[in-house]
Amino acid sequence: MRKDKINPGNGQVVVGAYEPRIVGFFCTWCTYLAADLAGISRIKYAPNVLVVRVMCSGRVDPQFVLAAFAQGADGVLIGGCHPGDCHYQQGNYNCLRRARLLKRMLAQLGIEEERFRVEWISAAEGDRVRAVIDDMVQKLRALGPLKLNSEPALKVVGAEQEVREAVTV
Amino acid sequence: MSDSGNRDLTARIGVYVCHCGANIAAIVDVPALTEYAATVPGVVVAREYKYMCSDPGQELIRQDIHDHDLNRIVVASCSPLMHEPTFRGALARSGINPFLLQMVNIREHVSWVHTDKAEATAKAKDLVRAAARRVRLHKPLEKRRVEINPNVLVVGGGIAGIHAALTIANSGKHVYLVERQPTIGGHMAYFDKTFPTLDCAACILTPKMTAVGSHPNITLWTYSEVAAVEGYVGNYKVKVRRKPRYIHEDLCIGCQECVEACVYKEGRWADEFNLGLSKRKPIYLPFPQAVPQKVLIDRDACIEFKSGKCKKTCIEACGERMAIDFAQKETIEEIEVGGVILATGFKTFDARRNAYYGYGTYPNVYTSLEVERLVNASGPTSGEIVLRDGKKPERVGIIHCVGSRDHNTNRWCSKVCCMYSLKLAHLIRERIGAEVYNFYIDMRTPGKGYEEFYDRLLDEGVHFVRGRVAEVSDWPVHPSEEGKLIIRAEDTLAGFVRRIPVDMVVLAVGLEPQADARDVRRLFNISCSEEGWFLERHPKLAPVSTFTDGVFIAGACQGPKDIPDSVAQAGAAAAEAMALIDAKYVELEPYTAHVLEEECSGCKTCLSICPYTAISFVADIKKARVNEVLCKGCGTCVATCPSAAIEQNLFEDREIFEEVEGLLAYA
Repeated sequence: MRKDKINPGNGQVVVGAYEPRIVGFFCTWCTYLAADLAGISRIKYAPNVLVVRVMCSGRVDPQFVLAAFAQGADGVLIGGCHPGDCHYQQGNYNCLRRARLLKRMLAQLGIEEERFRVEWISAAEGDRVRAVIDDMVQKLRALGPLKLNSEPALKVVGAEQEVREAVTV
Repeated sequence: MSDSGNRDLTARIGVYVCHCGANIAAIVDVPALTEYAATVPGVVVAREYKYMCSDPGQELIRQDIHDHDLNRIVVASCSPLMHEPTFRGALARSGINPFLLQMVNIREHVSWVHTDKAEATAKAKDLVRAAARRVRLHKPLEKRRVEINPNVLVVGGGIAGIHAALTIANSGKHVYLVERQPTIGGHMAYFDKTFPTLDCAACILTPKMTAVGSHPNITLWTYSEVAAVEGYVGNYKVKVRRKPRYIHEDLCIGCQECVEACVYKEGRWADEFNLGLSKRKPIYLPFPQAVPQKVLIDRDACIEFKSGKCKKTCIEACGERMAIDFAQKETIEEIEVGGVILATGFKTFDARRNAYYGYGTYPNVYTSLEVERLVNASGPTSGEIVLRDGKKPERVGIIHCVGSRDHNTNRWCSKVCCMYSLKLAHLIRERIGAEVYNFYIDMRTPGKGYEEFYDRLLDEGVHFVRGRVAEVSDWPVHPSEEGKLIIRAEDTLAGFVRRIPVDMVVLAVGLEPQADARDVRRLFNISCSEEGWFLERHPKLAPVSTFTDGVFIAGACQGPKDIPDSVAQAGAAAAEAMALIDAKYVELEPYTAHVLEEECSGCKTCLSICPYTAISFVADIKKARVNEVLCKGCGTCVATCPSAAIEQNLFEDREIFEEVEGLLAYA
């Protein structure tokens, strides 16, 4: 199902129809709940978004977004509470500020703007989860796979050494 | 806490995939997923089971932890917001730290939202792989214990708030009951009779109101609103704004001599309690059984406030009691409570929105709530059912579902309208012998004794026309329609359009969320459904809890409800609040942040970002420090720190990086 897609791990082409892979960072209180609501309401949407739950959209470090792109994501979607509705008062505003800066940086790296989205989806908006995800998937299908100049162009910053150790146990 | 802490790098992982009956297994290939999970590095055992959350399911995990010496668990089942506490409990009972668990949501986020089995299974594999990689990095964590303040705040003094407050107060706890109106009682106080038993609403409500007013464990603040809320479960700090009544509540004895003495000999202003069907004076008691029995002054109506030149006969009448104080100011009370019950109720649909029913245009079109006042012995007509011109109606039409079950206004069924319409039909027929026509879509009478009440009405000769009314007009096409209101509706049982001339139209208006429900929601940090009803934590298993611990909901603020349901829910909310308080302490999630002092450069960026001022700067070492009691665990400071010197438990950078990498690593 993932045609013409280079696996950044081993450089091999994975054969199949191209489907974008999107990493979602959803806040626990609004967007993650909205996705749960979509489930409870049996709303159907594209399976391309893999969700990482965070307590608040303000927790999303821009490095998470860069790491996702570096690991081969075709898109990143951050979901938080609507302005004024943040469970932690203002984390979503902090998220938005970082996202604005990050968007400019991604543009400089040649990553198309459709690939990075921040959406406010409240716990009651199950159908909006569908609308946003389907729309993003459709746009990324049209855009094709993410092409970074050299691989891996971006490295995970942080205590990666320990992560490697842990993973190779 | 040190960087690597007790991190166990020799992870022995068990993965447990749940079928959830057919909920997951019908879409996700569970055997294939389980087989795949077993191949992920570090996974020692992978199993599937029909209901992982059941006792045998949890026992499976416990046994494996024992037999295979597992130290990390992944459960792929429903949302972690549903069963994370269940599986954490299973880990704890098996002797390993409950936070060495990662859940994978393959129900709400996979099987219920996708249709293609191959795609759903592939996504589930990605998620399980990521979880298995992430869980290796989990550290054992301890929950923090905080003491609980034993006081409870109840917001809203309708029947739900009253019942909740009395239940808690009777158990010996202190309750603050805050009501926006000058009296408690809520909507129930408007009613004459309650369905289906036709017992007198005042006779069952007013004793409870009086009990609230005189209860030693209840602090009753009417004409007051919650202005600010801060804190967390067990320790909320609440500011209550008390609007000035211009009467000292402690001095007023409710004799109403001031009302008698007011320079206005007759009432001139719409009486709120009678929905404008009668007039009141600038100084007034909301209604005879009001609790507290304290008058208040309407600032916009009183001459003293308008010109300062009133003779102030009210003050004269009050005499040495000196309860009247034109200089009274708004005050703010600050209280500390452990739990909150929201019972803020509903408002009725504004019938003007359905212009084709003529409310506001034809004087003899009434809302059901107005008719409740008309049939009420203590109402504006002392219970006489008369039109605005004083005549008795001979024919009355009751239109159901006004602002309910209507895609143009509100889609929901308001649940109480069929029954209260039957009650009004009965009362009108009994008192004045009028012909009563009910226009309904469906009769909805589930409830103890409700269907029997409907049967009784059929026997009493009330007419029922099945069909949605198209319009109410005063245009006669036949001499018999002269001077009447004509209800035009399709009779879907008889199969033709009928015109029924009546003298009085009653619009059975539906229930809606309060106009400021969304503001209240924000104040208490809870969620609303799309319609604006307060959202319960779980529709079946946690119907009075919210997603904010320590905040409970009761009554019609959660959705349309009749009196028995509201009271039942109020009792449930009171029990939940008491269970919380009686535990004496509460365990808080350990998702807090902490500063790695050796990494901190002392730049203070995090200080300005924290909404709870939980981070302070320790001047002598020039480092930031997080107060874990104040920290609520949003993690915003972690993302903000330019030196990666702040960590958040269970949401550490490395854990999230690992999860992302795991998601995207090809199978």
